[in-house]
Amino acid sequence: MDILLWGVLPYVMVAILVGGSIWRYKYDQFGWTTRSSQLYESKLLRIGSPIFHFGILAVIAGHFFGLVIPKSWTEAVGMSQDFYHFNALFVGGIAGIGTLGGIILLIIRRRTTGPVFMATTKNDKLMYVVLVAAIVFGLWTTLASVFLGDHGHNYRETVSPWFRSLFILQPDIASMAAAPFSFHLHTLVGMLLFCIWPFTRLVHAFTAPLHYLFRPYIVYRSRDVGPAPGSRARLPGWQPVGTRDRDRK
Amino acid sequence: MKVMAQVGMVMNLDKCIGCHTCSVTCKQAWTNRAGTEYVWFNNVETRPGQGYPRRYEDQEKWRGGWELNRRGRLKLKGGGRLKKLFGIFASPVQPELDDYYEPWTYDYETLTDAPLGDDFPVARPKSLITGKDMKVEWSANWDDNLGGTSELGHLDPIVEKIRKESEDKIKFEFEQTFMFYLPRICEHCLNPSCMASCPSGAIYKREEDGIVLVDQDRCRGWRQCITGCPYKKMYFNHKTGKAEKCTFCYPRIEVGIPTVCSETCVGRLRYIGIFLYDADRVTEAASIEDEKELYQAQLDLMLDPDDPEVIAGARAEGIPEDWMDAARRSPVYKMAKVYKVALPLHPEYRTMPMVWYVPPLSPVVDLLSEQGHDAEDAGNLFGAIESLRIPVEYLAELFTAGDTEIVTGVLRKLAAMRSFMRGISLGNDPDDSIPEAVGMEPEAMYEMYRLMAIAKYNERYVIPKAHVEQAHNLEEMGCSLDFDDGPGMYPSDPFGEASGKPTPVAVENFYALKQRQTTDGQTEPGELRGRVNLLNWDGRGVPRGLFPKTEDNPQMSPDSPAHGGGAAGPGPDYGGPSSQAGPSGNPLESQPPREP
Repeated sequence: MDILLWGVLPYVMVAILVGGSIWRYKYDQFGWTTRSSQLYESKLLRIGSPIFHFGILAVIAGHFFGLVIPKSWTEAVGMSQDFYHFNALFVGGIAGIGTLGGIILLIIRRRTTGPVFMATTKNDKLMYVVLVAAIVFGLWTTLASVFLGDHGHNYRETVSPWFRSLFILQPDIASMAAAPFSFHLHTLVGMLLFCIWPFTRLVHAFTAPLHYLFRPYIVYRSRDVGPAPGSRARLPGWQPVGTRDRDRK
Repeated sequence: MKVMAQVGMVMNLDKCIGCHTCSVTCKQAWTNRAGTEYVWFNNVETRPGQGYPRRYEDQEKWRGGWELNRRGRLKLKGGGRLKKLFGIFASPVQPELDDYYEPWTYDYETLTDAPLGDDFPVARPKSLITGKDMKVEWSANWDDNLGGTSELGHLDPIVEKIRKESEDKIKFEFEQTFMFYLPRICEHCLNPSCMASCPSGAIYKREEDGIVLVDQDRCRGWRQCITGCPYKKMYFNHKTGKAEKCTFCYPRIEVGIPTVCSETCVGRLRYIGIFLYDADRVTEAASIEDEKELYQAQLDLMLDPDDPEVIAGARAEGIPEDWMDAARRSPVYKMAKVYKVALPLHPEYRTMPMVWYVPPLSPVVDLLSEQGHDAEDAGNLFGAIESLRIPVEYLAELFTAGDTEIVTGVLRKLAAMRSFMRGISLGNDPDDSIPEAVGMEPEAMYEMYRLMAIAKYNERYVIPKAHVEQAHNLEEMGCSLDFDDGPGMYPSDPFGEASGKPTPVAVENFYALKQRQTTDGQTEPGELRGRVNLLNWDGRGVPRGLFPKTEDNPQMSPDSPAHGGGAAGPGPDYGGPSSQAGPSGNPLESQPPREP
């Protein structure tokens, strides 16, 4: 069981994530968008969205710090375990709570604003469940280590070595198996999230427009090469106007 | 010098009657889709008025266009690159649906479905966003013809500005003096701030004709372009999550026919042609410090297509000879640069807009004739232009960043043309002092009159086709030369009618329309003679002429006569022209006549 979960599943997840993203990038450029709902509602979004997004960026940075950088390195630069742990809990806790608060606000907005809710697909709903679960379980591991005394579990001796070992294709299954249940749960839900990632609106993160900082302001381009109209199926974006009259049907 | 070609448009506002035909046909062609219900690539605003979206010209609020930073360099008014990236999670300055309007339809079905009752059934307005009942409170032209202007006119940002500068005394005068229409499309700017704002780099300017387009596959819906465009001519499709904009009907332009808005313009006020401009100096021109000099700077960018140096530069850049020829005949170049009667809309946004406007003289003319003066006398008109401060100031805020002298100059030219040509058509000798008074030669004034008043179709639209050697790149593929004789001339393809390349819809419609417009009879005799008029057809039987001719069946009937037809004997005469086309071909018809 451990082999399946911590030795096989991670690679399956990577295959789906990479393969799915490449497939989507190739075949669904048109669907690759943030699908912003700011046009419908802006007040709550302007509070919730930045909190969530900046929070999750901090969380990602924290994961990098905790998982990729070995304990020995931080100790080599004179960072004590206590100091590291305090930082991880304090900064990580704030980021995690911000992220959770942000997404809760966004979900409340999504549910209570009519047009936004109507623009919410089943795909979105599934994505929200998995995303919130990943955040909640992650926050749980952090908080547990505060309240369960003795700095809780030191994941830098179990989860982190396993994570790094995945990259050299020799998964250190025993270390991961030794981690407590809350970490297992968070990791599994996280892997599930990455599995559905390429097929949800989350893909917009992969095209974060960092090249904007470097590109020239004015873009010239020659005429596009494309097939003739009529020789291809009706493109998305040309659906007829109408209302879904919910009262009637 | 880097010579580039740009398709440009001029609108002669004096001729606009505010009929919204351009808006409606544009909407039918481009934005009659889910997600773009509230979008009007072309809209017509009554000025003074708030415009669409409301108060879009208030750049202190919407942060569109460019401004100069402390070092005198161009900077997006909405903020630099880093600021834009940090604001990307919730665009800080973004029009909401209410700033445009909530689109709606009517519940027409109740009109027919409602049970019998004492009250007339009504078709309630239903929101196209929520599908629920709604109260219609605003639209893209709610303040049309100054509707509600006495209450809301002060919300027009330009009125606000003029009032601030000349205090309240204009208030009374203002509402009484004037009104005109301003049709707006995307400006296809030389220095577009939407493009500069796009984090993904999805918006681009086409090298060949300067049309600004959004790559729908590369747009990721960050919505910064909507903030960036000071004209608010970037729209967010809320169904697809992508930005969309006016395309200058590029599939039509590529085959040499005008945009839908121009083609259908009732007042024939739109002109389309080519500008040649120096792409290397655009940024420099847009960075001029004094806003009032931006118009001149933009004019200086436009290159003279007869200048040997420009011709050599254009050849070096690979601009084809027929494009050069079109540039020499370009009506927009003539009106903007030669006669200097067309002005850019809001040059102070520093985007170098390429849709130009001839400011309307009609507010002046109307006032003069209302007061009983001769509104075509040069002296009267010149005097009135000088004294009607408010309309001139308003126009100057729109077209010259507030420089009234330029606007006055243009209006004087229009007035001079009016009175000069009036003299000629009354049979008097041409009064050369009138053109002289505005610094024009009489011949030039006559030429200008031909272009602006006679405005022949082929003088209004000088659109070089996209090149045949580039045909494989065109949206509407196929050799454009194939269609010179209209859709009736296509050879049949080897695998039957539907095989081969599809005929571009734009081309087909264009020639069908042309055929209808230029034919002598009311209907095309060769086409419709002998056909059944469906309005008179009672739905029974298949009379001869019900279906059009096909190759297999030149008799204009689906079946051969042997199928029934004459064999049924003298059929019932059910009146109407269909029976004249021949006896019925349907055995079911052999029943007794209905009437004695």
